[in-house]
Amino acid sequence: MHINIEKVSHQYETKQGMLPVLKNLSLSIKRKGFTAIVGPSGCGKSTITRLVSGLIKPTQGSIFISNKKITSPLSTVGMAFQNPVLLEWRNVIKNIILPLEIVSKNLTYNQKRSNALDLLKLVGLEEFENNLPSELSGGMKQRVSLCRSLVHSPEVLILDEPFAALDAFTKEDLWDVMHKLKKERDFTCILITHDLREAVYLADQVIVLSGRPASLQFEVKTNFNEEKKISDLYSSEVSQLLATLRNQIEIAQNKND
Amino acid sequence: MIRINNFIIPLFSLIIFCLLWEMLVWYNNWPNYKMASPSDLWPAFWKFKHLFLIYGWETFWRTVVGLILSVLVGLSLGILMGFSKTIRIGLYPILVGFNAIPKATVVPVIALIFVGMHNMNTIIIVILISFFPICVSISIGLSTLEREYEDILLSLGANKFEIFYKIALPKTLPEFFGALKVSTTLAFIGTNLMEIIEPHGKGLGHLFDSGKISADYPLMFAVLITLAVMGIFLYYIVVYLENIFAGWAIRK
Repeated sequence: MHINIEKVSHQYETKQGMLPVLKNLSLSIKRKGFTAIVGPSGCGKSTITRLVSGLIKPTQGSIFISNKKITSPLSTVGMAFQNPVLLEWRNVIKNIILPLEIVSKNLTYNQKRSNALDLLKLVGLEEFENNLPSELSGGMKQRVSLCRSLVHSPEVLILDEPFAALDAFTKEDLWDVMHKLKKERDFTCILITHDLREAVYLADQVIVLSGRPASLQFEVKTNFNEEKKISDLYSSEVSQLLATLRNQIEIAQNKND
Repeated sequence: MIRINNFIIPLFSLIIFCLLWEMLVWYNNWPNYKMASPSDLWPAFWKFKHLFLIYGWETFWRTVVGLILSVLVGLSLGILMGFSKTIRIGLYPILVGFNAIPKATVVPVIALIFVGMHNMNTIIIVILISFFPICVSISIGLSTLEREYEDILLSLGANKFEIFYKIALPKTLPEFFGALKVSTTLAFIGTNLMEIIEPHGKGLGHLFDSGKISADYPLMFAVLITLAVMGIFLYYIVVYLENIFAGWAIRK
């Protein structure tokens, strides 16, 4: 599933008039690619997730998933947000099978459960199957949220800062969980983040957006190692990459001023 | 242990309350026409035990039926107002205005419209007095649903109805039960308002009125206590239902 965003402009209607957030943005993400999108706050990153998932339509331009233009939500998309938005009244396993209740209604409960359990094992939470979300830590909730976004085997996974609210060590744990999931499952991923280390560690392509209205400012491949390890983040090669990205963010912020 | 405590502690506080009440009357040496004491109540109950049973049941079933109907009215209005901003803006002034009218003034109006239909009159007043908290809580609960909750289902192509019964409705249940507790106590006010203001020989309100006419103060107090006990009973039924349907929201 490759994704093509072609000359997309988008604006919102606000009380102060039209607010342009994206301007002539074009980018392509290859099949099974992992693309991180970074940029100054409020530059329209989340708008991209809502556009790609088909929740909103761009004012101008179009978005294609495997050459098919998106006009409405697709069941082949999974989403996870900074807020894990788990359903507090459902236990972990029932939270995870929620998407299956919409897109695979003909599966039996046991089939749904076994799909969910496979993922739960991958993220190391199989013993928490029957716990309620209120009994889990922030990192565990986010793991469950990731399982839910993948349970219906989506072809595109959209992550909107899912690790932003976690502490540094939990975050690094979850990065590795993400690597594991990416290896086991077959999906194209878009990650919105403010964390440059996260972008470099998880993605194979990092995109820097300019300030609002956002367009593509900078693009870089991050294939510094076949299998990335946390320790790689302290190598001089990655440091240099991070410095370049930091510099690009500064340029983007200045444009915003 | 927790279960026993849940029973013992309220019982204990009730006994202390009655003792303090008894002492207050005894200390001030009040005659029972000024303030009846708990020890005056039992004879009053016993003297009119058949009336208490008959009238108590009348008040109780009409309150319960009225409450169930007010849940239906409150829920449907709340759902409409939660989902449509137009309906919400349109209905709020009317509902708030309606709720601001003292219900005692509505009683004669209702009684005139449906002359002689005592049960229906009473139930209508119960609905009018109790639907409002339910309606407001449901509409607020539904209209403040975070966008991400909708997005996880909408992005899969779910329809509005699926979002409603899989997410929005269960998520508003704790607020609903909170409002239902308020409505339950209001419902008894509604029943008795009708029974006292528009006397037609039915319900505990009527018994209270008879007590007033015959200056039987212990009887009046006994009616009040019966109402309180019925209110507590119905309240705990609501708590029981809340534990079943929204137990996940209650902190252990």
